[in-house]
Amino acid sequence: MRVVAALSGGVDSSVAAARMVDAGHDVIGVHLALARSKSEGGKSRGCCTIDDARDARRVADALGIPFYVWDFSAEFAEDVMADFLAEYRANRTPNPCLRCNEHIKFRAVLDRALALDFDAVATGHYARVIEGPDGPELHRAIDPDKDQSYVLAVIEQDLLKHCAFPLGDSVKADVREEADRRGLRTAHKPDSHDICFIPDGDTAGFLTRALGEQPGQIVDVATGQAVGSHRGTFTVTIGQRRGLDLRIPGEDGRPRYVVDVDATTDTVYVGAPELLDVRGMTADQVIWAAPAIDHEWVDVLAQVRAHHQPVPAMARFLDGHLQVELLESIRGLAAGQSVVLYRDTQVLGSGRIVETVAASDDSVTVGTLGRRDDRA
Amino acid sequence: MNERRERAFIDHAATTPMRPSAREAWLRASEVAGNPSSLHASGRAARRIVEEARESIADDLRTRPSAVVFTSGGTESDNLAVKGLYWARRARLGLDEPFLVASAVEHHAVLDPVEWLGKHENADILWLPVDARGRVNVSRLAEHLADNALRTALVTVMWANNEVGTVQPVGEIAALCKEAGVPFHTDAVQALGQVPVDLSEVPATAVTISGHKVGGPFGVGALIVDPHESVVPVAHGGGQERDIRSGTFDAPAAAAFAVAVNDAVREQQTHAAHLLELQSSLVRGILELVPDTLVNGATIGDPSERLPGNVHVSIPGAEGDSLLMLLDAAGVDCSTGSACTAGIPEPSHVLLAMGVDERTARSSLRFSFGRDSSPRDVSAVLAALPGVVDRARRAGSVSSDRFRSAQAAVEMS
Repeated sequence: MRVVAALSGGVDSSVAAARMVDAGHDVIGVHLALARSKSEGGKSRGCCTIDDARDARRVADALGIPFYVWDFSAEFAEDVMADFLAEYRANRTPNPCLRCNEHIKFRAVLDRALALDFDAVATGHYARVIEGPDGPELHRAIDPDKDQSYVLAVIEQDLLKHCAFPLGDSVKADVREEADRRGLRTAHKPDSHDICFIPDGDTAGFLTRALGEQPGQIVDVATGQAVGSHRGTFTVTIGQRRGLDLRIPGEDGRPRYVVDVDATTDTVYVGAPELLDVRGMTADQVIWAAPAIDHEWVDVLAQVRAHHQPVPAMARFLDGHLQVELLESIRGLAAGQSVVLYRDTQVLGSGRIVETVAASDDSVTVGTLGRRDDRA
Repeated sequence: MNERRERAFIDHAATTPMRPSAREAWLRASEVAGNPSSLHASGRAARRIVEEARESIADDLRTRPSAVVFTSGGTESDNLAVKGLYWARRARLGLDEPFLVASAVEHHAVLDPVEWLGKHENADILWLPVDARGRVNVSRLAEHLADNALRTALVTVMWANNEVGTVQPVGEIAALCKEAGVPFHTDAVQALGQVPVDLSEVPATAVTISGHKVGGPFGVGALIVDPHESVVPVAHGGGQERDIRSGTFDAPAAAAFAVAVNDAVREQQTHAAHLLELQSSLVRGILELVPDTLVNGATIGDPSERLPGNVHVSIPGAEGDSLLMLLDAAGVDCSTGSACTAGIPEPSHVLLAMGVDERTARSSLRFSFGRDSSPRDVSAVLAALPGVVDRARRAGSVSSDRFRSAQAAVEMS
């Protein structure tokens, strides 16, 4: 196979590329230039740092494979960063890693690789592609702590045959040890956790700078009383407890959480944690990594965050929307998050949550109702 | 060298292999122990090497030894000339916002210092436009100088362009500037060795040359600058090189550089003839295989207009970086324009200044022949090209959507 190994400059992609080389494939290393740094005159640079780009190059040297930097910064700016801001502006809480996988890594990069006569793109994600009776299937990695199938659930099934995840059968500790054994300089680099274009981890600060301050009140739903203020509804997330700086204690003295946001009045509502319990949701932007389900309810497992226990659920697909009824409630769920459906370890598909149903009340929806037509 | 021989290395404008004669000169000089600034016998022995190198280069370029200031290479020489001459003349004339005139197609080593002076040092920049061949508009310069000679700190126009190989009318420009009394700098890094560089005929105030582009070592170059012209130093220190360029003399580098320059100048005519043959056979071959190829720059085959070793083409529908990658895989080393540190293609400012649209600019490739180039290299390109173009065009059609969206994003911002 002719393979494009995406080299982020981290340990995982290094070992993934090394394994592809060992397997006898014809491999080239590609580092993606994604974020544009203003300080460097708007020139693109690698995600996330100069060190990463350099490490990627040196890993390619060590593996004896060609190395290129592919510039997808324009696509990244539009499909990931602009989307990220638009979602927050609409009071949804997006996961930019999913959008990057959907639009950049397994779309723009893969398209380009295929057009250049490569057969596959290999990354250091922890997930497995398994040949099943209905074609390739995307499955969880065997290492539950590292499993990244959630963020990969945006890959359409017909693209899975072009995806190689050589680390899916390994545990992280073994990957590091292997990198060390191979003498790869990335063996001891720390894992990255932050959003790559917000390296300091201060998402609220980034959003305030990008979107401007839109201060408003924080209101206690139990009393209707204003109990604090915020710099913008996008600086808080449903389920958030810390950092709200509430001036007036709650009636019962219990901790209060962000339970709802009203963007039209710039009001953030706080209340008891039970209000956060969600028993169902609707999602749009549905992508199937397996044959699509239809309007009949089926048993699935639903996962709403990258590192979150999946819960048993029923799901159906109706009018382009995914409806999910949870059999156990989930606490703290914001519109904009992605719900990923699994059958056992297999990823079925994903969607963007636009509406949630509170466990406490059949009629009230908690969370912001997203506009459904804005991505058409 | 062996690995390079197996590959078709057609990127000599980026760098060209070191000449054995230069390497020998370096090794010989490296055995001399002294610091050329030291006053004892060992120091004098080392200094003698530096001064002999200086004289050799001055002879070859037909200038005086005292004009030769050794530097670390082209970028440093360009910065020293642009900033140093600008600052000196601004102070001498007591100007607040002097004009700084530069061609729109300069190398980044000139372009960026010019922009920096505009941003931080009050320079009023006049970018000299170029025509579709990449040649500067001399009458625009003449017009400017007629009215503004005493308000102009510096004119800088490269001798030959590094991307498309266009040779500028530097003799004419130098004469104009001299008559107006305005300092003139020219970057001759690409010109040296390919076209005659005779400073007795081109009365430039300052000329940049570089070691590794003529078969000398990396990390050495020179600014040939009129000893009567004052230049404000960029880096301050021990006061070597007429107080213009401090830093310990590098005798081995100077010696090797001088040998390379000498060889390059001596061989220039036969070298140019050799390059011209390769240039025309490659262009002919490409046009036969890919008839809609656009040849960028000035007339092929005329070394008074275009560097004989330069071929620059755009292949519509393909992206330069795809072409480069596929040729790389096929054993051909070339470039999409000038090499940039990040390895990320930006549309070339040179092509844009020539009126080439951004799309076409992104679909370009530069081949540059050198000393050890042969018809085998041309054959290697032509053998690989049909398949490469085919694949790159398929990838190009995939990316045309993203190109449009990227353009839209640029227009929005």
